[in-house]
Amino acid sequence: MLRKILTFLSFLAVISVSAVHADQKKIGFIYIGPPGDHGWTYMHDQGRIYMENALGDSISTTYIENVPENADAVRAIRKLAASGHDLIFTTSFNYMDQTLEVAKEFPDVKFEHATGFKRMDNVSTYSARFYEGRTIIGHIAGKMTKTNTIGYIVSFPIPEVIRGINAFYLAASKVNPDVKIKIIWNYSWYDPGKEADAANTLINQGADIIVQHTDSYAPCQAAEKAGVLAFGQASNQEAFCPNSHMTSIEDIWGPYYAAKAQAVVDGTWSSEDTWQGFKDGMVEMSPYNTKLLPLDLILEAKNMETAIENGTLHSFEGPIYNQAGELVVKEGEVADDGMLASMMFYVQGIDGEVPQ
Amino acid sequence: MSIELIIGILNIVLISTTPLVFAGIGELVTEKSGVLNLGLEGLMLVGAVTGFITLVITGNYFYSLFLSIISGVILSGIFAFLVLNLMTNQIATGLALTIFGIGLSAMLGKKFGGTPIDGLNPYYFIVISFLLVFFVAYFLSKTKTGLIVRAVGENHNSAYALGYNVIKTRYLTIIFGGVMSSLAGYYISICYAPMWQEGMTAGRGWIALALVVFATWKPWRLLVGAYIFGGVAIMQMNLQAIGVKLPGQFFNMMPYLATIIVLVFISSNKLRLKLSAPSSLNIPFEKNQ
Repeated sequence: MLRKILTFLSFLAVISVSAVHADQKKIGFIYIGPPGDHGWTYMHDQGRIYMENALGDSISTTYIENVPENADAVRAIRKLAASGHDLIFTTSFNYMDQTLEVAKEFPDVKFEHATGFKRMDNVSTYSARFYEGRTIIGHIAGKMTKTNTIGYIVSFPIPEVIRGINAFYLAASKVNPDVKIKIIWNYSWYDPGKEADAANTLINQGADIIVQHTDSYAPCQAAEKAGVLAFGQASNQEAFCPNSHMTSIEDIWGPYYAAKAQAVVDGTWSSEDTWQGFKDGMVEMSPYNTKLLPLDLILEAKNMETAIENGTLHSFEGPIYNQAGELVVKEGEVADDGMLASMMFYVQGIDGEVPQ
Repeated sequence: MSIELIIGILNIVLISTTPLVFAGIGELVTEKSGVLNLGLEGLMLVGAVTGFITLVITGNYFYSLFLSIISGVILSGIFAFLVLNLMTNQIATGLALTIFGIGLSAMLGKKFGGTPIDGLNPYYFIVISFLLVFFVAYFLSKTKTGLIVRAVGENHNSAYALGYNVIKTRYLTIIFGGVMSSLAGYYISICYAPMWQEGMTAGRGWIALALVVFATWKPWRLLVGAYIFGGVAIMQMNLQAIGVKLPGQFFNMMPYLATIIVLVFISSNKLRLKLSAPSSLNIPFEKNQ
């Protein structure tokens, strides 16, 4: 007991010492979910921890979790800005206008908004090219499906999600022209029960592979229970569905966070747009499941990763048509970042319409 | 549509609706005795996390179920003490219970998020949920104790004058409601989506509250209402997967919209409102009145 009290006291002492550290920079995070979601927010939190370890005493970090994407976000961001934070990461797409609103009030505070596209002198945007990972899993799914039906659970109709669906479908249909994807929009990032329902519904309709773009590992778990295959999302989800998990697309934020925090410490921070993928290590594939995937397919996937890194392979290579049959990317060209950033249409071959 | 597909859909509807039945039927009994408990969401989360942690530590389903129930007894007991003995405002206390439950469950479960467990077969709970509705319907309409509960909810002063123990009755109905909510939570974290993640009940407590009004405080209607809410949610997923374009946001608000429509409908007729809503709902009881 005494030892516990002493530990606690020394802990307090550390806090008070670090609090008076004059040039220590305060860095804040706004999370959409809980760090324990083992998905999107979990990976941002891992990035925060990486940054803390990398920069040590020169920074201190704070986070606010479960911040809704509405006017509440303004209050949460303002709370961090007003309490002396030097750099604030807002880690969800729909914090965009809220981030800008607070950034106008606090011109000396630096902001980093994830997955958005609106910038100011003190607001940077950053995102990962998750769609590169979707190309890999699309390729695997196209080869692994036996029913030619793939179930795809998604959150909200925003460019990042639609880009993922398109990249996945383009790769899957390239190796398997008969492949069909069934899409369910959940209109929430995080509701384990509903995600499980959606997965079960898709499996019931004949899907033998479950892909998700939501934040909990319930879909992967439902796939495991039903004995079908699945891909994880955001972090390595193998532990939750060892017999159905083929691989996951992992978001690696740590090095970027550490670099931006270092820039604030050094006073070299400037507003910019960052969009990195396999090449810079912001997106990684979890270890491929050797029990489920044939060796040559794993090799193919690894070669594709390398090709994407080298730039010899692109997720959106022409010719690409939209659902109306119009050519949107010409043969021999690749989709530019502007088109990718605002992608709100399905490519030809996907059934259904993009919800408005 | 093939038979397998329809059976599959029914299966998913049964699995996803059961937590609403548990939490709804508990709240129905609580409200029948004249107490409004808005703390369902908090009770469910604490029930879910207690069951999950106990299962991870002991590996025993019975212990985990037991402790989950105990958590419901304790939390709803505190709520009962506050609103019955200290006569705090029921709405404010219920909201506080929800907020407290969200925080407490997150704190307790911090170390346990992402621990894989073996889920329990949901069919035990599905069968129990139907039996429970039958039991509550019988209890409230055919037994003397059930009639006392309703008398207390309709007019606590008259019930007190007749010699019934209003406080004790309400303690019991509040604790029954609390236990049902924690069972709903236990079902979610152990059967429905076997995991613990913060806030994983995702608003089902509020839907259960809406359901009680939607059912105009009648057990069988509550069961039907729950399956309408659950069935519509699963049907829209099926239609989406087939490729029918649907406004998904609309379906998310459907339970609340339906409840408002029912409220408008029953409030348009004073007599109908009187027949269904317990008259002493949300009114504090003072012994010396």
